[in-house]
Amino acid sequence: MTRSNSPSRLAARAISFILLFTSGLACAQVTIADPWVRGTVGGMRATGAFMQITSKTDVKLVAAASPVARTVEVHEMAVVDNVMRMREVKSIAVEAGKPVMLEPGGYHVMLIGLDKPLTPGASVPITLTFEGRDGKRQQVQVKAEVRPLNAPAKDGASAKSGAAGAHHMHSK
Amino acid sequence: MPIHDRTFVRSRRHALAAAVAGLLAGCGEQKPKAAFHAIDVTGATFGQGFALTDFNGQTRTLADYKGKVVALFFGFTQCPDACPTAMVKLAGIAKALGSDAARLQVVFITVDPERDTPALLREYVPTFDPSFVGLLGTPQQISEVAKSYKAYYSKVKGSTPDSYTIDHSTFTYLYDPQGRLRLMARHEIPAKDLEADIRALLKG
Repeated sequence: MTRSNSPSRLAARAISFILLFTSGLACAQVTIADPWVRGTVGGMRATGAFMQITSKTDVKLVAAASPVARTVEVHEMAVVDNVMRMREVKSIAVEAGKPVMLEPGGYHVMLIGLDKPLTPGASVPITLTFEGRDGKRQQVQVKAEVRPLNAPAKDGASAKSGAAGAHHMHSK
Repeated sequence: MPIHDRTFVRSRRHALAAAVAGLLAGCGEQKPKAAFHAIDVTGATFGQGFALTDFNGQTRTLADYKGKVVALFFGFTQCPDACPTAMVKLAGIAKALGSDAARLQVVFITVDPERDTPALLREYVPTFDPSFVGLLGTPQQISEVAKSYKAYYSKVKGSTPDSYTIDHSTFTYLYDPQGRLRLMARHEIPAKDLEADIRALLKG
């Protein structure tokens, strides 16, 4: 029997091709801007990583990992009635087209169990896992720049600009 | 789970409102004129001082810093966010004060006496400004000092025994050069307002 390019076979091929193509596209749908890690000194065993996440589709940040830390968790920090609380969150929702800031005064990726100090200028690889509405997961690799321990809350913002990062805490 | 659990927030809010009302009642009759940005607690009977050890092993009390405005903060070095933000703000103010910075003493008291060793505090605290001092004590001492400041802190379990975090109050306590507790600044206070308050206290 000769190989036939039956319409159904063609359609199947086309579909698998499209799937391949779109899954390739999906990888480019989450972009991370300005990833940075607060540097540590001496025996500090933990620190936070900050960044801006944008996605073309609705996704959730569900996991993070890094070779520099034994445990990596996604945390939310808030000052509620003058008490700073920090908790692990199961996920952070990133709506299509709406950038989500991981910044001091809000969310951060917590690097726990550091083996050695993170010195300014170094870069820390972090793998972020996102889950789409369809349950499919994709990983995004970032290299976060280590900034000094005493880096201001926002890039380029001086301490003079005030309560950086704390303004949106009661927004929920 | 979200931090903003409603019942929890409400109960804390009430507790705090009551506490603040108590504070205000205690000093309501005096000096309504002083326009500070931070909460004026002049005349408060809490937060009257401490006797702890600095990161060089020397015993420190509030009296050691007489003649200076003391800005005191409770925190811990593994705090990724609130503590460095508060320290960076104070460091910026110290810089802005110029020659008056010698009359400002920032004191960081660790609420994590188990993990914050003298060596770690010695590296951590002066990173923000070489003049800043870090104090530590036994868990018992820290607990007593915090209580005497009505400062709250509580360990929160992590995924491993040593990866716990600590909830803690974020007020900065400000003393005038005579060693009297005068103000409590919230975490959200803009740096320029805190700077203005410190300048006002320095003027006397």
